Amino acid sequence: MLLNRADIQEAREHYKTALGAQKKKILVCAGTGCVAGGSLEIHAELVRLIESKGIPCVVSLEKEPHDHSIGVKKSGCHGFCEMGPLVRIEPHGWLYIKVKLEDCADIIEQSIVGDNVVERLTYRKNEQNYPTQEEIPFYKKQTRLVLEHCGHIDATSVQEYLAIGGYKAFEKALFEMSPDEIVKVIEESNLRGRGGGGFPTGRKWSQVKRQNSEVKFIVCNGDEGDPGAFMDRSVMEGDPHRMLEGMMIAGIACGATYGYIYVRAEYPLAISRLEAAIAQNRALGLLGDNILGSGHSFDIQISKGAGAFVCGEGSALTTSIEGKRGMPRVKPPRTVEQGLYGKPTVLNNVETFANVPLIINRGAAWYKSIGPEKSPGTKAFALTGNIENTGLIEVPMGTTLREVIFDIGGGIRGGAGFKAVQIGGPSGGCLTQEHLDLPLDFDSLKKAGAMIGSGGLVVMDEHTCMVEVARFFMNFTQNESCGKCVPCREGTKRMLQILERIVAGQGEIEDLDLLLELADTISSTALCGLGKTAPLPVISTIKYFRDEYEAHVIEKRCPAKNCQKLKKIVIDPTLCRGCSKCSRGCPVEAISGKIKEPFVIDQAKCIKCGACIETCPFKAIRED
Amino acid sequence: MSTEFMMIDNMPVEIEGEKNILAVIRKAGIDLPTFCYYSELSVYGACRMCVVEDKSGEIHASCSTPPKAGMEIRTNTPRLRKYRKMILELLLANHCRDCTTCEKNGKCKLQELAQRFGIKQVRFNNTAGEADLDTSSLAIVRDKSKCILCGDCVRMCEEVQNIGAIDFAHRGSKMCISAAFDEPINDTKCIGCGQCAAVCPTGAIVVKNDTAKLWKDLSDPGVKVVVQIAPAVRVGVGKELGLTEGENVMGKIVAALRRIGFDEIFDTTTGADLTVLEEAGEFLAKVQKGEKLPLFTSCCPAWVKYAELNHPELMGNISTCRSPMQMFGSVLKEHYSHSHKRVVVVAIMPCTAKKQEAARDEFKEDGVPYVDYVITTQELIQMIKEVGIVFSEIDPEAVDMPFGATSGAGVIFGVTGGVTEAVIRRISDDKSMPALRAIPFTGVRGLQGVKETSIDYNGREVRIAIVSGIKNADNLIKKMEHGEKSYDFVEVMACPGGCICGAGQPVTNSEGKKRRSAGLYETDRMSTIKRSEENPVIMALYGGLLKGKVHKLLHVHYHGKA
Repeated sequence: MLLNRADIQEAREHYKTALGAQKKKILVCAGTGCVAGGSLEIHAELVRLIESKGIPCVVSLEKEPHDHSIGVKKSGCHGFCEMGPLVRIEPHGWLYIKVKLEDCADIIEQSIVGDNVVERLTYRKNEQNYPTQEEIPFYKKQTRLVLEHCGHIDATSVQEYLAIGGYKAFEKALFEMSPDEIVKVIEESNLRGRGGGGFPTGRKWSQVKRQNSEVKFIVCNGDEGDPGAFMDRSVMEGDPHRMLEGMMIAGIACGATYGYIYVRAEYPLAISRLEAAIAQNRALGLLGDNILGSGHSFDIQISKGAGAFVCGEGSALTTSIEGKRGMPRVKPPRTVEQGLYGKPTVLNNVETFANVPLIINRGAAWYKSIGPEKSPGTKAFALTGNIENTGLIEVPMGTTLREVIFDIGGGIRGGAGFKAVQIGGPSGGCLTQEHLDLPLDFDSLKKAGAMIGSGGLVVMDEHTCMVEVARFFMNFTQNESCGKCVPCREGTKRMLQILERIVAGQGEIEDLDLLLELADTISSTALCGLGKTAPLPVISTIKYFRDEYEAHVIEKRCPAKNCQKLKKIVIDPTLCRGCSKCSRGCPVEAISGKIKEPFVIDQAKCIKCGACIETCPFKAIRED
Repeated sequence: MSTEFMMIDNMPVEIEGEKNILAVIRKAGIDLPTFCYYSELSVYGACRMCVVEDKSGEIHASCSTPPKAGMEIRTNTPRLRKYRKMILELLLANHCRDCTTCEKNGKCKLQELAQRFGIKQVRFNNTAGEADLDTSSLAIVRDKSKCILCGDCVRMCEEVQNIGAIDFAHRGSKMCISAAFDEPINDTKCIGCGQCAAVCPTGAIVVKNDTAKLWKDLSDPGVKVVVQIAPAVRVGVGKELGLTEGENVMGKIVAALRRIGFDEIFDTTTGADLTVLEEAGEFLAKVQKGEKLPLFTSCCPAWVKYAELNHPELMGNISTCRSPMQMFGSVLKEHYSHSHKRVVVVAIMPCTAKKQEAARDEFKEDGVPYVDYVITTQELIQMIKEVGIVFSEIDPEAVDMPFGATSGAGVIFGVTGGVTEAVIRRISDDKSMPALRAIPFTGVRGLQGVKETSIDYNGREVRIAIVSGIKNADNLIKKMEHGEKSYDFVEVMACPGGCICGAGQPVTNSEGKKRRSAGLYETDRMSTIKRSEENPVIMALYGGLLKGKVHKLLHVHYHGKA
């Protein structure tokens, strides 16, 4: 139990020494992706092997440190999910990729007992090996601040967090700064909410601070619901204390004594790491009454969401914590005035809170020096889709899409051409080739008709049908609409219906105007942000890919050859020898003809399965 | 403080403490359309029909935007018209459009706005589901397929009536309003007050219509149809039948019923007079014996059901008096017990819960109900229209003998505070005219939801509370439980404002409610008999038919769940 400021400083020193005593460290990625790939078994195997060799092995800093012992840790997500399970060897900084159970012996023998890199497990690109993590192109262009500890410390240990200077910012805020000063630093840093809206965090805090209420709440939005987004999950899993520290500082600044973390139940690992971290803090006295003898009290509770996308919206989220149906409510009053249980509430997302300790420790001026002045700092993005390096990255705001997709992301998978990138989740817009040099920050994206959102980046190659993309996202928002306001509930349903018609080849040219009219109505009149932004994928794809829509509705053709119902399979009469092999293999008897004469496909019967294309010995059958 | 103005369509309009710009806009004489806005319910903001445009072109829902001095708002721009039409089109696309056969035909808000906005085509395919009926309740019928999800019923049930029998279920376009676990509404804590139906803009919740069996009985020569008309009905029908809101048209109703073919026509006010005597007697006996108080009134069946389901501990405090309708019903059945025809007692009520009350086992003898069934004011209006009676032309007639006389005290039962005032008239020692005229000023009158007063009885202070709206009643009960409040007599009416605002009445606004209330008080003022005990019919009953049967015919012991 840490009773005062001297206690925490002493503990930090103690753990720092213990951490420093570890000669080598093995960091096994324990993010959700790598865990799914078997990384926990790999961790256990590594521990077993080391112990069987009689080498002192430390998994916890609380044990008496041995000189020259080896630390084997479960770290947070390293981000290079495409290459998982990942194992990092320190102090060399070697990164082993796609590690299997049977590689463990080699790793121990070569890199731990010996001092050699296992070449075959290192990343290789363009005939070059990259043994060191930081040299890999994927990492080289990144600036990892929020994610700095992910992959470098044991995500399950508050001791390691303390050892590397954790809770220093909290300590500083508690003993050296007044609440006004904390708010002022955050305001001056120009930190903007990472959840999508980009609202200035400092302004939000000062609004809550001003409220005259005995009870106030700090709420962390961990309801990351965008398909393909996992930035917040990685922070919660990989560096839970960083986020807690941010919330605890917000508590001091705004005069709140209680915090809630709203996490979707689909993030079991994040929940268990957070629960463990909260328990550790309570045991240490970092959460609870009279923290470190300061007189300030603060505690945090986790509230699990049941997976409704709309609960990421502030008022729906707080309503959900209260145990009611998660539906956005009309504003005013705003959450800062009447949020959770009708009390003034600071609601920020995970990444925003994780930025706070950095700013308190290193100052507003330093923070503002990263990225553009009006939206400074870094942003984590989840790269998914047709991209070579899927994974979690962090870059300074203002980095261009080109750098993110081609330098860090390694370009389009399989060498296909780039077509578009969908940014900002299901209600974000699609950006094209012409936007590749657009700096990624709140204001530039808004101008281009997209939004930074929470940071999901879905990359699409030339084989992607943009109408189908719009349909996919509309299907998502329609399913996830809470159903409260008419434009969102009924409007998205009709937009989806029209899009379904278009991809099925039953669209009319008038449908495009109707889509845009619906989009205008919904974005102007819907009740909440989810509704207002729901038509963005359609608006942006019609804007940039109108020709594709027109091909679907006028020519009944899918230029990307993606829409199943618009596919047409034909037999080239000049190549067909009339062998009947295709006809015999057709599951729906759509092919007929006379032997030794060209066969024909009845398009009305054909289900476009493509079986005939495979069977034809003369390559006479193809997709038109 | 200086006067503040905002601009609405270039007109300066004063802001007088309105909570939202919608109220300011309506004050300025513009009937901005809404589906989900009711000033007495919380702001829900879901229909988005009330959108307005500010000078920067930003769109706001006027129901949830507070007015600010200097604000410039437009309510009627091409964009807004386009959005409103689109919203209507979207709602219509998902809605049954067989208007002519809908119970709500002519009174449907969706129909009205579609007409106002000239919606001539719906560009989306009709995805209205098949009728999805819940007929489990005797009071209301729900049809999910006609629901536009404005949530008015949900908020009414929860916020005003404290029941919460229904809420939203599912998401997106699958959202619907449902009882918990999609159970039939009758298996929930629904009390049948029907206020959900009163606020429902469409035919998704309607009052159960029982006119078919009434027509059948009326045309059966072997049946004697005896009808009683509740006090509130006479001030509720006028407007829909071409007269003015709140006008007492009892005489015309009687004349119309005679033409329709009812055999005997009476006034429930007679039952109310009996209730006054019995309830006052019960109250005074409790006071004298020092028994547990307060005494809660029992006229309102929705309230009785609420207490049974939620406050069984209070059942001993609820008056054993039957409601006026039930008292009179049993008197009528007794009176006609020797008739050679089958006697059917029908009650015309402003109330949906009365339909349930009539069917309660406690109000049956050998399985035959004292009141066979109940039709509402709205059903009465429909019958008069169906027959083609020109109501405005018809001459008033008097009710039948031998129950022809009524008192002013009985008539005011139709409005919140009326029962209490009638009882005070009965128990007060000073029977002088000035004393009688002073009672209205003790705080018993007015449509507010909670009223308190006290009177002197034999030197003892009698503390009285009058509540309407179940939430108000429940709050009062909680305060009594916590010892914050203490009363001797509590009048409870489930519908805010009392029976004149019952769900069986045509829907009206707050001005209409005031007129109906004024109509009843005016009738009382004009009546020669002011006190129930002065009604000769009542005296004759106690001396005759009721001899030895007072308890059997006028009192009840509610046994358990309704």
